[in-house]
Amino acid sequence: MVLALISGCSLTGGGEAGTGGEKVVLVTHNSFALPKPVLDEFTKNTGITIEISRRGDAGEMTNQLVLTKGNPLADAVFGIDSTYASRAIGQNLLQAYRSPEAAKGAQRYAVAGAEDKLSAVDVGDVCLNIDTGFLAQRGIPEPTSLAELTDPRYKDLLVVQNPATSSPGLAFLFATVATFGEERWAEYWTKLKANGVKVASGWEQSYTQDFSGSSGKGPRPLVVSYASSPSAEVGPDGKPRTKALLGGCYRQVEYAGVLTGAKNTDGARKVVDFLLSDKVQSQLAEQMFVYPTREGVALPQSWQAAAPLPTKALELPAPQVDRDRERWLALWRSVVQG
Amino acid sequence: MRGTKIALGVGAAVPLLFLAVFFAWPVAAIIGLGLGESGVGAVLADSQTWELVAFTLGQAAASTVVALLAGLPVAYLLARCAVRGRGFVRLIVTIPFVLPTLVVGMAFRSLLGDSGVIAIVLANAFFNVAVVARTVGGLWANLDLRAEDAARALGASRWRAFTSVTLPALAPAIGSALAVVFLFCATSFGVVLVLGGSEYRTLETEIYLRTVQLLDLPGAAALSLVQLVAVVGALLAGAIARRRRETALALRRSAETARRPEGAEWVVVGAALTVVVLLLLPVFSLIVQSLSTRDGWSLAGYTALAGDAAESTLGVSGLAAAVNSLRTAFDATLLAMFLGVLAAVVLSQLRRRRGRLAEAMDMALMLPLGVSAVTVGFGYLVTMDSLPGDLRSSPVLVPFAQALVVMPLIIRTVLPVLRAIDDRLRQAAATLGASPLRVWREVDLPFAGRSLLAAAGFGYVVALGEFGATSFLVRPDAPTLPVAVSRLISRPGELNVQMAYASCVLLMIVTVAAVALVERVRVGSEALGEF
Amino acid sequence: MGLRLSNLSVHYGQNLAVSGVHLEIGDGEVLALLGPSGCGKSTLLRAVAGLEQSSSGAVAWDDVDLAGVPVHRREFGLVFQDGQLFPHRDVAGNVAFGLRMRGADKRAQAERVAELLELVGLPGYGSRRTTELSGGEQQRVALARALAPRPKLLLLDEPLSALDRALREQLAADLAVLLRRAGATALLVTHDHGEAFALADRIALMRKGKIVQTGTPHEVRKRPADDDVAAFLGHTGESASCPCCGSPIPDSAVLGRHARHGR
Repeated sequence: MVLALISGCSLTGGGEAGTGGEKVVLVTHNSFALPKPVLDEFTKNTGITIEISRRGDAGEMTNQLVLTKGNPLADAVFGIDSTYASRAIGQNLLQAYRSPEAAKGAQRYAVAGAEDKLSAVDVGDVCLNIDTGFLAQRGIPEPTSLAELTDPRYKDLLVVQNPATSSPGLAFLFATVATFGEERWAEYWTKLKANGVKVASGWEQSYTQDFSGSSGKGPRPLVVSYASSPSAEVGPDGKPRTKALLGGCYRQVEYAGVLTGAKNTDGARKVVDFLLSDKVQSQLAEQMFVYPTREGVALPQSWQAAAPLPTKALELPAPQVDRDRERWLALWRSVVQG
Repeated sequence: MRGTKIALGVGAAVPLLFLAVFFAWPVAAIIGLGLGESGVGAVLADSQTWELVAFTLGQAAASTVVALLAGLPVAYLLARCAVRGRGFVRLIVTIPFVLPTLVVGMAFRSLLGDSGVIAIVLANAFFNVAVVARTVGGLWANLDLRAEDAARALGASRWRAFTSVTLPALAPAIGSALAVVFLFCATSFGVVLVLGGSEYRTLETEIYLRTVQLLDLPGAAALSLVQLVAVVGALLAGAIARRRRETALALRRSAETARRPEGAEWVVVGAALTVVVLLLLPVFSLIVQSLSTRDGWSLAGYTALAGDAAESTLGVSGLAAAVNSLRTAFDATLLAMFLGVLAAVVLSQLRRRRGRLAEAMDMALMLPLGVSAVTVGFGYLVTMDSLPGDLRSSPVLVPFAQALVVMPLIIRTVLPVLRAIDDRLRQAAATLGASPLRVWREVDLPFAGRSLLAAAGFGYVVALGEFGATSFLVRPDAPTLPVAVSRLISRPGELNVQMAYASCVLLMIVTVAAVALVERVRVGSEALGEF
Repeated sequence: MGLRLSNLSVHYGQNLAVSGVHLEIGDGEVLALLGPSGCGKSTLLRAVAGLEQSSSGAVAWDDVDLAGVPVHRREFGLVFQDGQLFPHRDVAGNVAFGLRMRGADKRAQAERVAELLELVGLPGYGSRRTTELSGGEQQRVALARALAPRPKLLLLDEPLSALDRALREQLAADLAVLLRRAGATALLVTHDHGEAFALADRIALMRKGKIVQTGTPHEVRKRPADDDVAAFLGHTGESASCPCCGSPIPDSAVLGRHARHGR
């Protein structure tokens, strides 16, 4: 055991974060990123050091919080998304806190009935991305709705993700449920399958390998990705190579909140305020490829042309998502894989 | 003799206690949670579950066979052939082990298209050729050539001499390698996920889905139990197959056993080199990807990785991530070596006295390879807060979690050699006045030294490549290279992808350098780094 | 003085391999423990060395009970059937091993090694690799290795049986000379009565874990304790024969220290 302790040394020894001051543990997902100066400034202003604990994707993180709610892993959470909001609220993971900053735009995305539990920090809609050059070269018109994807002219051109293993994949499944309704979404997928849809297990493969519009220059010009993705595919001429189909996007909002049983509730509240502040909100696009919820926060130049936020997007009620998700997944699996 | 017994008891207790606290307890706790709710029976009764079991074991068995067939010629080359470039080959074959499965999966995807099961089997084998080459090569290098020569002199063909003399002598190491590879393949996650698309699922991916995404703990518990039973079954079968095979062998220094291949042996060398070339294909494709952009060749990924672009995404530069990797892996290797060597020594001693007990302990120490990392990880969540200092979020847990995986590898590499040492050699040393510790230094170490270093190098490589536990527990401002790769590749934009591939290349370089360094270490007067 | 076994029993697994053995070896005496394979004689030897735990009874040296003394402190030399030389050391390294364990300085080691290699008839072999040696040479080195630290007692476990016949004869003769010259107290385990008669001052016949007869070779040969002993010795009355060499051994050779069929 002595050895075990020694062995821990080289890991914990270097660059210890806290300097004995107040600290707040923030649980978040793997995509979380903020520049160090921004975090340092928060520490300077409040005396609070934010200790970040990344816990997988939004689903994994939420489930870990559920599992540890008796003795929470952290004080605050960021990254619970619309898909898991209902579970987080139902499981009583969060204590009431309505940030004064939440009234500056975030309230527009609040979960109905739980406005005081979760504050919307960002919006990251899942949309169909189109490689416009690829289609133009072949004289194929760009699709304008999800329904058109079953058209034979888009045969073998679409790649999506497995909703069981990918969160944009899951959002896209929800988009089809929201578009075609409980009755007909499975039928839509049957047609997609007949039209040669490719299912990858993760966003990484589908976007960087199968999609023709990314650096991987794959064979398929239609991919499920985010509304923001085209901002990363801007050519040297300043023109975007890809665009998002704004008609069929599924809205994914990411929330922050104070955890029940937090050791430092006051600090956790300050962290939520911080996430909603102008300082952080103006970094979200560059850092995490999502849109700020705060009004009046300017998007980067490249986003304004390439990646505007969809004005209206598909949504499903959180309780319905929580209730039916597993059943939908099973049905999807039998339709697409069966 | 009572002193020996006490020493053995203590020696056995340390690794077993470690296993109990950092493996058995968390796994039992999370499975227990699932069993507490209803729904376990339904999963067990579902025919899909058993299809999953069949596919999981089937693909693992196929991958194991491919890895063995590819690994044996390489083991031969490493152990027996005095040809130029042997050291280089030894370094090369370790590279696959550190590469992130996501990236390798993608490389196979681009090389093979979506060929499903075949791609899964080949990718699994790709990762595990090194296990076979190293475990078997370690023993092979020390095997006395004369038995084979004698068989040849008696008229046996090269092939007959190999199958009737060499192969049986290698059986323990082959058995060891098979067990490890099978477990790795049975629990292979990233490969199946990336290459299986949405069609192929294994127990591992299903446990992941149910635990991580659906929080269906009863379902996950049922599948974890099935996985546990399957793994124990496979281990038992392996143990029975190798029972009594691990006997004392005439061991020699490897410097004396390597010779220039002649005649048909060149065919084997050719096969080994073919395997090496095949192993390098995905590796090369990664290097090419790291250098190519939409507009041609470019070092942009590397320069970005060294500078601000990486800092803004990762919080640190690529080089700092490399240093983090080296440090984290060092901790894990140190811990795993301590526990693994202790366990191997105890096992080699125990087997002569209490065979069954040794078998049970051996199997228990192998289990972490066969149980889902997700099960262990979620198990930590519900148990580690009871330990002082709430280890759930502590980076200290990283080397512990890694050591669980590295320890069985160390045991499997070292144990066959320790067991192959004729016990009477130790007794001769003892009667000449060597205390038990001195016997270990004078007899065991000179033989096992090489395999110890090989084990350390190998363990280090595994720890370098480890991703699961690290991604949760490592401090966000101190990502390791595999963590950096996963963060970078999950972002859109050419530069991010290039930085991800550049990180992979950096990881390869770091690995080769580290292994080369470890294997150069000299123990006593003997240069042992030449296996 | 010397070795005394009193009522020694050793279990080997479930079986009682050695059962209530009483035996003494005096200082400078060579005792052969003779019996068919599986009779427990090797187990007995291993118990004396401390490699096997006795279930009851005692092993004592100079009337001091050795129960608490581990193998490496007993100062008993051991020679196995097949040498068991350390393959990673050269001949000198093997012979010097015990001296090194006792912390002898380098010069003393070198001197003693040379002396012993001379004694076993391998002068100048020090820097040879053990793997280059013939079987007979390996056994000589093993003997030199065991003798080098001047053990109180030399334990020889079938030291010649792995060798072919011609070598065995030669080495048996040499060994007889060697043991005398070194003045060693020795316990020789063998299933070959020719070997026992050639080497030992006294013979203990062992059967199924028990000592059935002890005596000088002459006594044993003249008056076997019972028919089984006689049958094992493979002769009746006068004509002692050596089954391993197939030729009768004259009394003088059996009784004497200086075997004459040899070089």
